[in-house]
Amino acid sequence: MSDHEYTPTSKVGKWFNDRLPLLTLANHLTDYPTPKNLNYWWTFGGILTFCLITQIVTGLTLAMHYIAHADMAFESVEHIMRDVNYGWLIRYIHANGASMFFLAVYIHIFRSLFYGSYKSPREIIWIIGIIIYLLMMAAAFMGYVLPWGQMSFWGATVITNLFSAIPLVGEGIVTWLWGGYSVDNPTLTRFFTLHYLIPFLILGLVVLHIWALHVPGNNNPVGIDIKKPSKDTVPFHPYIVIKDGFALLMFMIVFAFFVFYSPNILGHADNYIEANPMVTPAHIVPEWYLLPFYAILRSVPDKLLGVVAMLSAILILAVLPWLDTSKIRSAVFRPLYKQFYWILVADVLILGYMGAMPAEGLYLLIARVATAYYFLHFLVILPVLGFKEKTLPIPLSITEPVLGGSTNLAMAKNKESLDK
Amino acid sequence: MSDKKPERRDFLFTASYAVGAVGVAAVVWPLVDQMNPDASVKALASTEVDVSSVKPGNTITVLWRGKPVFIRRRTQEEISEARSVKMEDLIHPEKDEDRAKDPEWLVMLGVCTHLGCVPLNDKGDYDGWFCPCHGSHYDTSGRIRKGPAPLNMEVPKYEFVNDNTIKIG
Repeated sequence: MSDHEYTPTSKVGKWFNDRLPLLTLANHLTDYPTPKNLNYWWTFGGILTFCLITQIVTGLTLAMHYIAHADMAFESVEHIMRDVNYGWLIRYIHANGASMFFLAVYIHIFRSLFYGSYKSPREIIWIIGIIIYLLMMAAAFMGYVLPWGQMSFWGATVITNLFSAIPLVGEGIVTWLWGGYSVDNPTLTRFFTLHYLIPFLILGLVVLHIWALHVPGNNNPVGIDIKKPSKDTVPFHPYIVIKDGFALLMFMIVFAFFVFYSPNILGHADNYIEANPMVTPAHIVPEWYLLPFYAILRSVPDKLLGVVAMLSAILILAVLPWLDTSKIRSAVFRPLYKQFYWILVADVLILGYMGAMPAEGLYLLIARVATAYYFLHFLVILPVLGFKEKTLPIPLSITEPVLGGSTNLAMAKNKESLDK
Repeated sequence: MSDKKPERRDFLFTASYAVGAVGVAAVVWPLVDQMNPDASVKALASTEVDVSSVKPGNTITVLWRGKPVFIRRRTQEEISEARSVKMEDLIHPEKDEDRAKDPEWLVMLGVCTHLGCVPLNDKGDYDGWFCPCHGSHYDTSGRIRKGPAPLNMEVPKYEFVNDNTIKIG
């Protein structure tokens, strides 16, 4: 970015840009050289930005009608659904928007895992992404508490009680989080405050995430370093803008399907019953996007160790760039990693399913095996694979496999002589 | 830096940082402490319950400090079952005699010690309570016997004000 020379054509533009180089920034963003082989898995960054903006806009409008008080919250949500003009639409977009946000973020994360986008020099992008993911979970959890239904109340109780597993200070921390001796009005008002704050923190981190991305530039399906700009790149605008826009339209069709045809399918019927501290619903489960971690929590029979395992399952992702010892980024050239990758995907899906099932009998056994495998993948398989795996030869450039030529002539010639 | 002798200036730096840290802590503490239970929450410290209508084998649930309290009038079988358990079979060893001073009445917080759900009456493998959230089983004394919960259900401070009234808290 620092080597970017740009002079606006108009006199006013030049005057403004000399004082605040916003036009230079805009020019950088439109010209930004992007690998030309990016596939549709790369469109989820833009889709996620859309999700964040959607949540902020619908959230702001809902906050104009919602009342954060234990006696009135449930009623005010029903008021939004029945009385407020288009209240039903805004709330359904917001509630399903959370699920769509997580759907997109999981695809985004697993794309990164497949193509090795977390590896050097993109570790900071990855770690910021994990922090965003953690904040997303916090925001989603607190948002789910606000309607003050049965699932809200008992979800809040169970999740805050996770902190009671901490030795000595645990109970004190839980009381502090609640502002009382149980989840009650003080809990609701602070959750509302934090639920309002977190999206803006995420927005700030997204700016850092993109800034950090623009330093080395995008990874790509081949996973090699490319020269920028070169024959291997295209300008962000219009090429990537159009592709992202098309993918976003497809995504919005799925989004709209949920909002208009099955707005409650991803929620729980119990949350249409007002919170009752005397009765726990017979079967409490978190939202679908937290189920794999919930399964890990339940598969450990000890309270403290269960909480530790669940948190480790998320935090282990932050050190992934150092656990994966392979220098080759893309799974396309890693025949063994590719297989383990798909086993991991299956493992996480199995964990998610087990998280929705009662923790007993065969379900519990499968959840335990899947939990063990999850950690095995990151702590044993990935570090060992980097040393043992025989990788396939990687191309010298993106154009080389297609056109036979390379933007880097010297390297191409060197390769030709090696081939002979 | 290490081979340099400490000077007056180093002392000033250290002293400034120390005073600054104390100042920051003094400002942060009120912001943290405001989240602790406030005076109105603490004021709801005790509650009195009329238990004259509770028949043997029945449980009533009352709300105390926002939490459910189970008051169970136990049957003879339940009492003898609770008192015959060997200490070494318990995850959190507590004598039933210490949990229920009057053996007929068991008063405890109806809060699972795992993650705070309300266990269900007359359920589970030990004829006591069963927590539907993560499958903890409690016996007729409210002691944890099986599942992820680490402790027995808590017995709050309570007393019989007269034959029919229990004061909790």
